[in-house]
Amino acid sequence: MRHGKYPFIIGFLAVPVALYAIFVVGAYLQMFRLSLTDWTGYGTFKDIGFDNFVKLWNDPVIWTALRHNAYLLLVMPLATIAIALLFAFLLNVGGGSKGGMTRGVWGSKVYRVVFFFPQLLALALVAVIFQRVYGPDKSGMINGLLPDSWEPWLFLADENWALTCILIVLVWQAVGFYVVLFSAGMGSIGQEIYEAAALDGANRITLFFKITMPLLWGNIQVAWIYLGIAAFDAFALVNIMTVNQGGPNNSTQVLSMQIYLNAFKYSQAGYASAIGVVLFFLALSFAWLTLRVTRRDSVEA
Amino acid sequence: MSDITNSELDRRSLLRRTAAVGFASIPAVGMLSACVGGGGDEENEQATGTKSADNPLGIDPKAGIEIVIFDGGLGTKYATDVDTPMYTKKWPESKVTYNATEQIATTIKPRLNAGNAPDMINNSGADMMDFGAIVKAGQAADLTDLFAAPSFDVEGKTVGETLVPGAIEQGTYDVEGGRKPFAVNYSFTVFGLYYNKKLFEKNGWTAPTTWADFTALCDKIKAAGITPFAYAGANASYYMVRAIMTSAAKIGTEQVLKDLDNLKPGAWQAPAIKQAAEAWGQIGAKYMNKSFLGLRHTEVQLQQNQDKVAIYPCGSWLENEQAASITPNFEYAVMPYPSVTASDQLPATAINAAAGEIYFASTKGKNVQGGKEYLRVMLSKAAALEFTKLTKSLTVVAGAADGQTISPGLTSGNDMLSKAGKDVFMGYLWDTWYKKMNDASLEAVNALMFNGGDAQKFCDTMEKVAQEVAKDSSISKNTRA
Repeated sequence: MRHGKYPFIIGFLAVPVALYAIFVVGAYLQMFRLSLTDWTGYGTFKDIGFDNFVKLWNDPVIWTALRHNAYLLLVMPLATIAIALLFAFLLNVGGGSKGGMTRGVWGSKVYRVVFFFPQLLALALVAVIFQRVYGPDKSGMINGLLPDSWEPWLFLADENWALTCILIVLVWQAVGFYVVLFSAGMGSIGQEIYEAAALDGANRITLFFKITMPLLWGNIQVAWIYLGIAAFDAFALVNIMTVNQGGPNNSTQVLSMQIYLNAFKYSQAGYASAIGVVLFFLALSFAWLTLRVTRRDSVEA
Repeated sequence: MSDITNSELDRRSLLRRTAAVGFASIPAVGMLSACVGGGGDEENEQATGTKSADNPLGIDPKAGIEIVIFDGGLGTKYATDVDTPMYTKKWPESKVTYNATEQIATTIKPRLNAGNAPDMINNSGADMMDFGAIVKAGQAADLTDLFAAPSFDVEGKTVGETLVPGAIEQGTYDVEGGRKPFAVNYSFTVFGLYYNKKLFEKNGWTAPTTWADFTALCDKIKAAGITPFAYAGANASYYMVRAIMTSAAKIGTEQVLKDLDNLKPGAWQAPAIKQAAEAWGQIGAKYMNKSFLGLRHTEVQLQQNQDKVAIYPCGSWLENEQAASITPNFEYAVMPYPSVTASDQLPATAINAAAGEIYFASTKGKNVQGGKEYLRVMLSKAAALEFTKLTKSLTVVAGAADGQTISPGLTSGNDMLSKAGKDVFMGYLWDTWYKKMNDASLEAVNALMFNGGDAQKFCDTMEKVAQEVAKDSSISKNTRA
């Protein structure tokens, strides 16, 4: 056995590691390299030091985009996790206990499947669907449901609400997955814990905050990081749904959109790479901070 | 034009691209560097032959060529069924390798940078490459010899002499050693205000020539319960930019637009621009409602086909694009933009018509001269006529479609073109030269048309952007005479 160990391990590892090195690590290294150049995306380039980063610092659109990413980062994970936790709790424990077994609300098996539907749709499809849902005249789904005498809501055409419209879609799409994740987490919490708590007279709210939440902490932490990274992205929705890709008046502009525009439309691949580098460090520090701040002593189950 | 005609493809290819971009967008940026190849100043070997009267571009009759056609709104039939057979008939030993793609940049950019590009490329669609950057990188071939060569089928004329005025200019760029043509802009689009001829006839409405007539007509249309004028703010604001630019040129001649292209300080503050913006801003404030800011071109165009919108600013591709939505009660017709003031420098019949749809020969191909020869075939009168029949789009080959009845909208556009006579102007190029300025104009025009029509603010915003572009050394500049 010992004899064949290394070839075995190497055989399995070599391909994935090579793929990862070429398509992820390699790409990142090239991005770092390009961020210091004036490459347009065509032909040759020359080094220009940190000029791209200076330009980026002075670019008001980048700051607007950053503010929007920050808004998504604050609200999106919080909303998604709160809704997902509530639903998962209702699906698993919300029905109270019967014969010593906790169970979900009536019909929870059906809901569990239904909640997952949005996750099955490609994000681009979701964007196209919601474009119609948010239609700014009577042909839009929501406006079509409103009474005829009402002025149609503008949704994405309204500077003040456009980003929130995007946020709602992001949350809608993500909730299903985290309901499943949290459900699985709740499934692994021992029945006897709930039973003991119930014997002590705990109601559903107490059960949720004192039992479920602490025991699910690891899952919530992971969810927070994933959702945070998704909040740094939001590219597909902004690209497909918004007025003029990031409008009106830059009200839905995000960093990933700026990367796309600069790299592919404005022929400033060097500058786009610099934004990419910034985004890379932002995402990295977010993940690191989240892990640091949310570290808790694991609850003994 | 392809941007719009191919918008459905745009959406489809987007789905795929988004899937590839996936979770985090950061790796996508890494991907773009996958095509960093130094770009190579090294010369690749080119096939050449001896120049003669029969072979003015001096191609090697035995060397094959590789061409790439954009598979979009215009289809590919004109290449496979018309141009290639004509080329092969003339050069039977030169094999044509043909490819069609919806994703020009994705497939061609890496090949350009790696130095093994196709010989002739149709750069178009949502995924088109920034042509100015390609020229700057030395990846597009100088087409001076093509335009100076004798026409393929018009006796006694060079290729350049068979084209409509402005066609070559449109593909001309500033490079070291002067201004040179690098692109054939093949299709020819006339711009104007499109309407339903049958609806107008039924109500006794006529095409206005003065601004007072125009607003009076809009009042009548509004009273009939139809939105008089509309454009799609969500993705087609550049139709509105073109409307303002056209009106500005009619007020103060094309020089006003040339100044914009040349980033002349104060160009956006010119009285003509401001007057045009003011006039259109009022139309926006009085005759449109805010929901159009959130609508897409397909939605607004459909509303027009249903007679919910009366007048729509667009180009001559519109009829072909809407073919599936046209009912027997609908017949496209087009009118020139009405004069804004009584002292307009150009007459009311003056129109904006421009060449579009880029075809170029690549210096990174193996048979550049062969690629140019293919373009010479495309620019023949016979090929141009077939193109118009297949795509319902005019070409830059002057008069190639004269005397042909193809469709009402195209006929109406052709009439407008002949009535304009010499007062046809090419328009402006800043939107393709300076993409950033283009994007800023989309936002500015939406603000003008949907937020109360503040013309001064429009001029100020655009002037500021223009001067930022002028100062930004990372953006390569072009000029126009």
